[in-house]
Order: sequence, then C-alpha cells, then structure tokens
Amino acid sequence: MNGLRRILKAPSTFWIAALLVTWALSTWSFPLYKALDARWIIRFPSQFEIPLDVWLTALFKWLQNDADLFFFTFRDLTRFLSSLIEWPYDQVRALMADGFSSGQGSNAVPIAPPLSWIAVIFILVAMGRYARDWWLAALVGACFFYLAVFGQWDSAMVTLASVIIAVPIGVALGLGIGMLTYRSLWFDRMTRPVLDLMQTVPVFAYLVPVLVLFGFGPVAALIATLIYATPPMVRISTLALQSVPPEVVEAGQIVGCTQRQMMWRVLIPSAMPTLMVGVNQVIMLTLNMVIIASMIGAGGLGFDVLSALRRLDIGGGIEAGFAIVVMAIALDRLSQAFSKRPPSPIPPADWGFMRRHPWLISTCVVVIGTYLLGLVIPAVQTYPASLTLTTGSFWSDALEWINVNFFDTFEAIKSFFLTVLLLPVKRFFSGIPWAWGIIVMGMAAWRIGGWKLGLMAAAMTLFIAASGLWAKAMITLYLCGVSVLIAYMIGVPLGIWAGQNARVNSIVAAIMDTLQTLPSFVYLIPVVMLFRVGDFTAMIAIVLYALAPAVRYAAHGIRSIDPQMLEAGLVSGCTPRQLLWRVKLPLAAPSLLLGLNQTIMLALSMLVITALVGTRDLGQEVYIALTKADTGHGIVAGLCVAFIAIIADRILTALSKSSKTRLEAA
Amino acid sequence: MKHTTSLVAGLLAALIASSALADAESQDPIKITTHDWTGQIVNSTILGKLLQKAGYNVEYVQADYIAQFAGLETGDLHVATEIWETTGREAMDAALATGKVVSMGESGMQAIEEWWYPAYMEEVCPGLPDWKALNECATEFSTAETAPLGRYLGGPVTWGGFDDERVKALEMDFEVVHAGTDAALFAELESAYQRKAPIVLWLYEPHWAPAKYEGSFIKFPPYSAECYQDASVGMNPDAAYDCGKPTGPIWKVGWAGLGDKWPGAAKIIQDYTLTNNEMGALVAKVDLDGESIDAVADEWIAANEDTWSKWLAN
Repeated sequence: MNGLRRILKAPSTFWIAALLVTWALSTWSFPLYKALDARWIIRFPSQFEIPLDVWLTALFKWLQNDADLFFFTFRDLTRFLSSLIEWPYDQVRALMADGFSSGQGSNAVPIAPPLSWIAVIFILVAMGRYARDWWLAALVGACFFYLAVFGQWDSAMVTLASVIIAVPIGVALGLGIGMLTYRSLWFDRMTRPVLDLMQTVPVFAYLVPVLVLFGFGPVAALIATLIYATPPMVRISTLALQSVPPEVVEAGQIVGCTQRQMMWRVLIPSAMPTLMVGVNQVIMLTLNMVIIASMIGAGGLGFDVLSALRRLDIGGGIEAGFAIVVMAIALDRLSQAFSKRPPSPIPPADWGFMRRHPWLISTCVVVIGTYLLGLVIPAVQTYPASLTLTTGSFWSDALEWINVNFFDTFEAIKSFFLTVLLLPVKRFFSGIPWAWGIIVMGMAAWRIGGWKLGLMAAAMTLFIAASGLWAKAMITLYLCGVSVLIAYMIGVPLGIWAGQNARVNSIVAAIMDTLQTLPSFVYLIPVVMLFRVGDFTAMIAIVLYALAPAVRYAAHGIRSIDPQMLEAGLVSGCTPRQLLWRVKLPLAAPSLLLGLNQTIMLALSMLVITALVGTRDLGQEVYIALTKADTGHGIVAGLCVAFIAIIADRILTALSKSSKTRLEAA
Repeated sequence: MKHTTSLVAGLLAALIASSALADAESQDPIKITTHDWTGQIVNSTILGKLLQKAGYNVEYVQADYIAQFAGLETGDLHVATEIWETTGREAMDAALATGKVVSMGESGMQAIEEWWYPAYMEEVCPGLPDWKALNECATEFSTAETAPLGRYLGGPVTWGGFDDERVKALEMDFEVVHAGTDAALFAELESAYQRKAPIVLWLYEPHWAPAKYEGSFIKFPPYSAECYQDASVGMNPDAAYDCGKPTGPIWKVGWAGLGDKWPGAAKIIQDYTLTNNEMGALVAKVDLDGESIDAVADEWIAANEDTWSKWLAN
C-alpha cells in the first residue's frame, strides 16, 4: 500500500501516465470517432476555425493599395525606406562587382571598373594582418584567392556587396534597439516576443509581403535578410550592456557623465568585445540567407547554386556552395579576430601621417595602382578566365558511381529506418486528437515551468488547431522530433569526444563550420538521388543541418568543467567510464540542454527547405503559400512553426534553469 | 579607309534604325523579368536583345514566377515572357482581372505535361506507351514505401495536375508521390537513369530533359474539357479526370501601361514568338553543352534575321 502511494507521488508517474494516455488516444482516436460518431475528435470543427489567413491577406492588400497615412500612402513610406537602402547598395555593388556607369539599363555608359581582384584580396589580407597576425592574413587571402581561381569571383562580389550593406544596417538597428531595451524594462518586455517571432517564423512566410511593399530586386532581399539577421544583435547588445560591471558605471557617474556620454563613452566601449560577437552573428546569418535571398533577386552565389542544381550540374552547385563556405569562414575568422584584438598602442606624435597609417596608405597605393595597371593589362583587373579551375564532372561522376554501386545498400538502410522508427512515430503523432494535444501540452509545460508557461503553451497549441493546421503540425513534430533525436544521438557523443581531445576537436569543428554554412540545397539534391523523394531524405537533410549545435554545446560543456571536479573524481578512484557518466555528464547537463534547444531551433528552420523534397508538413504549407503568393496563409503557417519553436524553447530553458539550480545546490 | 567608311555607315544605319522606331518613346528601361530556369532566361534575353536593336533601353530583373505579378500590377516590372497555361493560369487570371496587367499574346510555345518513362522500360513493360500497358506492369514500378502499388513521382503539389484524381478515376495501381521542386524531380530521374531502374514521373516540355534522356510520354485517353468537368464523359462513367492532361500555350504578359509608354516596344513584344523545337535546342545548348546564355541568344538572333526583322519592321 505504501509502495503504491510512493509511486503515485513520484514525479515520473505523471510523465508515464501522460504518455500512456496519449498513446492510447492516438491509437484509438479513429475508432472512437466512428463509435461516437463525433468527428470533432479528430478534426477541429471547421465552423470554429479562425479565418486569420483571410484577414491577413486582406490587410496586406489594403496596405499595398489603399493605406493612406494622411500625407503619403503606406507604400510610399516603404518605397522611401527601400530607396534609402538602394542608393548605398548600388554604389557598393558598383564598387565590388559591376563597375560604375551612368544611365539606366542597357543604355548605361561605363565610367569606371569595379575594384580589381588583386585590390580586394590585398584589402582583406591587410585587414587580417591588422586584426591579428600574418596567419590570419594568409587564411583570408587564400579563401578569396580560391574564389578567383574557381571562377566564382563576380558572383562572390555581388554576395559580398549585400553583406557589406546588410551587416552595418543590422548592427546599427540591433544596437539601437538593444540600447532601448537596456534603458527600459517595459520596452524589453515588448520586444522580446517580437524578436522570437522574427527568428522563428520561416523567411518564406514573409517574402511575398516584403516584395510587394519594398519592390522587386536586391533591396527586398536585403530587407528579408535584415528581419532574419538582426534579432541576435538586439539580444547580444542588451546582454552586453547589462553585463558591464557596476563599478564601471559608478566610475562614469562619479566623473559626471551625461546620459549620452555614459552610453557612448562608458557602456559601449566596455561592452565592445561582446558586441563584436553580435556582429559576427549578423555576418553569419546574412550568409545563411544568400540562397533564399537569391530566390527574390539578390543574385550572387546563391543564384549560382540554385540554377546549377536546377540543371543537375552537381559539380557547379558544390563549387558555388563551397564558395559561400569559404567566404563565411574568412569573414567569420576576421570578425572574431577584430572582437579579440587588443587596443593598439598609440603611435608617438612625432611619427608622420604615412608612418602612422601604413595600411591605409598601402591600400590606397594598391587600389590606384591596380586600377591604372588594369587599363593596360586586363588580367590585373579581372582574374583571367583561362586560369580558372573547375572540378568539372568529378562530383557528378563520383555521385553516379556511388549511385550505381551502393543504391541497394542505401535502400535497405532506408527501409529499416522507415519501418522501425519513422513510420511508428508518424502514426503516434498523427493520431493524437487535437483536444488532448492542447491539454497534455499545457499540463507538461505547467509541470516544468509553472502555470504561466502552461497557459501559454496551451494557448499556442489551440492557435495551431484553430488555424486548421493540426494534422500538418503533427507531421512537423514527427519529422523534427525524429531528426532531432538522431542528430542529438550522433552529435552529443561526437561533441564529448571532441571536448576531450584537441585534435579531434579541430577536425570536428571544421566539419561543423562547413555543414552550417554550406547551403543545404547543395546536399539536398544528391541525397534525393540516393534516397529518392520522401521523409527519409528530408530527415537526412535536417540531421545534417541540426547536428552542429548538438556537437558544439556538448564539447563546450565538457571543456568548461572545473578541473578540480575532475581531480576530485580521479582521487576518489573513478574509472574513466565512471568519470564520464557520474561527473562529466551531470556537470555538462545545462550545456547539453542548451544544445538540444538550439538543435530543435535549427531543425525547425530547415522545414521550409525540406518542403522542396516533398514533405507534407507546415514547411510545405509555407512553401505552397509562397508559390501561390498567398500572404495570409503563409504567415499563419509560419506562426504555427514559430509557436512550436517558442514552446520548445521555453520548456527547455525552464529545464535548463532547474538543472542549473540543482547543480548549484549539490 | 574602306573599313572606316563601312563602319561609319553601319553606325549611322544603326542610329537611324534605332531612332526611327524608338523615337519619342521613353528611354526609361523596360524591365523584363527572369526566373530560375534556363529556357525562360534565354527567352527573355532574346526578347531584350531584339528590343535593344529597336532602340529601347532594357533591364533584366530577377523575380519569382508567381510573386512577379504583384510587381507587374504596380508597374515595377513590365514584361514577363513565360506564363505557363499549366502552372501559372490562376495567378495570371487574377492579375488580368485587376486590369493592371494585360496579356501580350501567346509565346508560340506549347506546354506539354504528362507521365513520362525512360526508353529502357519498354523491354520490361512491352506495350508502352499505352497507359493500360503501364498499369499492367505497375508492380515493376513499386518501391518499399508504395508496394504493392507502383510509384509515380508527380510534380510539386503546387503544379496541380489532378494526378491523384486520375489514378483513382482510371483505377490505376499507382501511388502518387509529390516531389517538392522540379530540381528534386529531375534528380530522381537522373538517379534512376544511371541505374536503368524503373521510374515513371511527371515531365514537361519545353525542357532539356527530353533532349538528354531517351523516353516517351504515356498515352492516356485524349484530354477534353468535358472529361475534366463531366464525370459521365470518358472511360469511367462515375469520375472526372479519366483522361490525359491538357496541353496549353505559354503566355506573355505585361504591365497595362506598357502600350502607352512604349507603343513600339509593346508591338514587338506581342509579335515575338518561339517554337517548342527552337526553345528545346536553345536550352540544350546552354544546359547540356555549357554555352553561355548570352552567346546562345546572339546565335539565334544571327541565324533568324528574316524572322525578327519583320517584328521590328512594323
């Protein structure tokens, strides 16, 4: 009797009971509906569905055509904003890629060529040397030389031009909003959910309204990129300002700083290293967006990847894809070096201008020199096409060889995974009746994070059901759930291994960098060739993309364990195995949970890409809405994805908090 | 000396020719949209080059196939060269209904879409391309996921095409699997073709695939409008869609203000046509032989002066 009571009180009882009930309802929901003749069990009653998508479409139509803000229309306003971005963008693009000209369209008369390839490489090498040392300079130089040698130069410069424009705007906006959130708690509360939505609503969902309001072409792509890439900068700015030590702030107050001086002379300089991390994030996210941006007119490397794969030129797609990776690595290392750069010593006053600014002077010399030389020798201006390399048909041939020889093996592996894992999980999720889904979601969130979280989770789940997208959302949960599980099962051991062994770490880190910056479309098409269209292919693509955070956070968690703890374990006679399971893993738990959180976020962000290989989930809904230019439906489906992400994020954050407090208590 | 004279004469002739046509018309650039498939870009490039020959200023703007209609309505974009009856009709009709977009006539090309199989399947399945023969060897096309039914790889859901309905109406032993994009569609075809593995999938023309791979379209009972609308018509008296897919023209559309701003250009755009065979050859040159789009467009213009000089002369 006592034993039974203990079992009932144990926290695990709730979870087991919830799972059992869910499983039973999922299995028998269909017979139940037939027996009771109650169709509402499996389908949300359509008369209660909220036609939010219709309202949203109407709203955007109104904004686009009729909205009048007394002195000008709403569209005049958005067009004005886009012209603000367009002018600097055109100049930078002319400087990097197209050359300067006067006149429009095909009547344009060229005035001056763009920067020569030698000048661009020199500038980057100089930045590398300035930021850290010759090693970095050599790496950055080699990366950009690769672009020239593989014939990716022109497209790469178009992409670089959009990075050069997007990053300062993103950083300035992010810092500005970050400063406001730092000053006002109320503003912070207001912006937080908006930032969540900006990061989790798939970009495809708002491409159409952005196009309509901001016009066609690169500017719309830049604005979509900014919506996606700015939120991390806001968060990091807030965090950076908040973590400035109070002594520094006090010192500022003592010397009588005004509010403005306090911000620009005290807070921002001391928060600089952290702020630079944000800059780095904005650069990386901007590069992540190049494929999607190229779909709406940004051109550049993203367009090359897309059009190469549309004609099944696997090699061409891989070359352009790796050009993005190489550029991302160069810009990432460069911006990281800038964030860690110690302030340079002030040069003696008696040094001349020339001596104080060696890099500025030499850059000017190279830019002007190559421009003049380029007028005589074209190879100085443009890398000669005859010297470019290409992998040619190597990749297609390799893929064909694998396809012809190993397809049956792959087929067997795929069938195994489908029958053992994917199909049962799919059946489980798609059977869950919507009403019970809302209840169990709310209860689970309540148990973990309190009643507020429970209420929010239940409300968001209700939104999904009331939008008529319950079935699609369950397919989404299944596909993401399975992919996250597999990514985590591969990623965490890999991360633990990398965390304990420096050499493994350097290799694993390089692979993870590549996987995260290589546009997923590059490997999606080869995977389709080997595994056909279907859920399994989608799962592989999601796992490949979502692997990185699982590995990184696990490695980070293991590495940041206090060495005294490990010594204590060794002294008390732990075997290596016990040391891992009893000491290292529990101590790394908060980090592991954070990794899981990020893995889920990345998996969800891949949904829209996997829609390209024929999944039937929310990502597909967003994609269909995009191809039909159905603004409202796209946004509603995008919000459903965002809500799933937000629920997962909040629950895992709560879990991570409680595990941290448990660790501190112990 | 002789060279200089002919050069000057040529320049003068070009100047006169251009000013004759585009005289007093706006020198703002006419914005032609380009999408992400080669045929459309070649098509737009040729049109653009012809307009330039007539003295107009041209700019190419990359825009999404469906989303471009919003730009055409507002006048941000001016000409779209390929709206397929089969995939773009709905969006086109909606745009035409606003009155801000006008049809610029047919492009001269016919979109053909149908189930397609590679030639080597005829050995396994004699009687092809008849659809009944295909149905009899449905098991040859089955995979682990679809067994015992055959697997038919359909286009993206957004392409429509009524394949699910067709399979039901004709009582075929096939399951329709939708590819998400046409890149995925052709990746599967390439993979199966390399292994000489069974495959039947949605293909369309004009495209480079029918030039690269040997094979044919399945012959379904011929399409008629009644067959799609009226259940009683066709083989199955209780179901519509018991026939093949319609073929349809590919349309050109433009911004409604085009004719007022550049009347001469609008005329050229309306006259401009290409045939399926021409387009197939052009696309194959770019996608299979690796020539540049610009060069291919120039070649076509050099070889077809008789044809386009008439469009420009009006």
